[in-house]
Amino acid sequence: MNLSLNLVAIRTLIHKEVSRVFRIWVQTIVPPAITMTLYFIIFGNLIGRRIGTMDGFDYMQYIAPGLIMMSVITNSYGNVVSSFFGAKFGRHIEEMLVSPMSNGAIIIGHVAGGVIRGLGVGLLVTVIALFFTRLEVAHPFIMLSMVVLSSTVFALAGFINALFAKKFDDISIIPTFVLTPLTYLGGVFYSISLLPEFWQGVSKANPILYMVNAFRYGVLGTSDINIVHAYAIVLLFVAILFTACLMLLNRGVGIRE
Amino acid sequence: MKALSIKNLTKTYANGNQALKGISIDVEPGDFCALLGPNGAGKTTAIGIISSLVNKTSGSVEIFGHDIDSDLEAAKTHLGLVPQEVNLNLWEGVANIVRTQAGYYGLPRKLAEERTEKYLRELRLWDRRNDIARSLSGGMKRRLMIARALVHEPRLLILDEPTAGVDIEIRRSMWDYLQRINAEGTTIILTTHYLEEAESLCRHVAIIDGGEIIEDAPMSSVLRQLQREVFVLNVDGELREAPVLAGFETSLREDGDLEVVTSKDRHVNDLFAELDRNDIRVVSLRNKANRLEELFMGLVENKPGAEE
Repeated sequence: MNLSLNLVAIRTLIHKEVSRVFRIWVQTIVPPAITMTLYFIIFGNLIGRRIGTMDGFDYMQYIAPGLIMMSVITNSYGNVVSSFFGAKFGRHIEEMLVSPMSNGAIIIGHVAGGVIRGLGVGLLVTVIALFFTRLEVAHPFIMLSMVVLSSTVFALAGFINALFAKKFDDISIIPTFVLTPLTYLGGVFYSISLLPEFWQGVSKANPILYMVNAFRYGVLGTSDINIVHAYAIVLLFVAILFTACLMLLNRGVGIRE
Repeated sequence: MKALSIKNLTKTYANGNQALKGISIDVEPGDFCALLGPNGAGKTTAIGIISSLVNKTSGSVEIFGHDIDSDLEAAKTHLGLVPQEVNLNLWEGVANIVRTQAGYYGLPRKLAEERTEKYLRELRLWDRRNDIARSLSGGMKRRLMIARALVHEPRLLILDEPTAGVDIEIRRSMWDYLQRINAEGTTIILTTHYLEEAESLCRHVAIIDGGEIIEDAPMSSVLRQLQREVFVLNVDGELREAPVLAGFETSLREDGDLEVVTSKDRHVNDLFAELDRNDIRVVSLRNKANRLEELFMGLVENKPGAEE
């Protein structure tokens, strides 16, 4: 494999993906900003004042890391799935497929684009959160590494979704019926210690719970789960999903007849 | 070393359709080759496999000696593709499309910029470089796809019906451009439904039908196979009936022109001598059908198993 060729190709693809995010900023940046502002106003401010504290933090403070992570996850996923499927649908994916760039480079370029959008939107939501509450970062390395890794997991998942998708409906099914429920049940708005023991066990089968809690630990220093378990699970997901993406792309699933 | 060497290439789609039944073609470096065939013959499938957009079932493909199974990256580096259908990102800027493609081939930024300008200028799109592709006319989109395919300066350029739906002026300018880059050393394979295009541009012709190669030879030797030619003569004055010209079949057309069928062993001079003898003056003369078209139809219709 020609490394320098692939590095140029990856840089080109990332540049294209980031340009796309800014070109359609009304679709990519504005909606999460508005949605998260509403979350902070309604859940954090209006309802949160009645809830009081959770794990020793104001409710607004408690949900802020979860909402940041939620926006990172949905935007990383959404960017890759819509960009890659759009390229399939418009057939300009052929620009990449006829070129000598490797399948690994195609995955890395798209995933990096998704991560950059996820982190960018996450940063924007963080700034919005600061208008409503105070956030002091307890463990910066854990916060940053966990947000990057989680974003990578969902960018890879979005890539797989886009590979299998045949029509636009197929790229909204997973976010609507899988991603959103898992995110809401992943400890964004509550500590799982509030749940009966059985549902605590069920919740621990949700990978988003580990990401949200590890990120919250990085920001606030509190978590429902063991941080080491969170890293193990997230790294495992990155490895499995990247391998799956590569195998699917090598076999031409969804892109070559 | 061949520019393109295809051996026993087969493709069976998941629905059981056998699009290619073991085709073999060799294209010499520097050649200008026409790949012809009716709709559904297997041309686009063959091109899809060569450019790795379609998985082959069996057989081998080498591009300038690089096998697409064992040395795909090098094989792709030598290939440029202009597909049949517009596959541009229509919301992307014209220059961005070409520059991005250069990046996918690993061209450094500065070189990518230079090549983008070079090919957009050559294809008369430089003035539209900041417009989105959607705003271009059909002919401009085709030219943009050619610029995109050339930006890494491939040694083999495949064009799948590049002039479909473009007006005659743009088609002529595309022909001139393709002839120029071919003269400069680029091997070109062209599929087209305009057989006059193939006849005037290409030195080699391969005809594919039903997933099989039914003709693969130099254009000149293919055209020599023609046993007859039909001329349409616009004559001075009005003919009431078709004249009897010794050794030629004649018929009168509805528009009053005279149609004459000549066989391969007769000279056109003989025809004019006969016309003179019958005191018929010819104002103008044209071929009724394109010669290659006639040959093509003959080959396809006479193919074993062709529908009656």
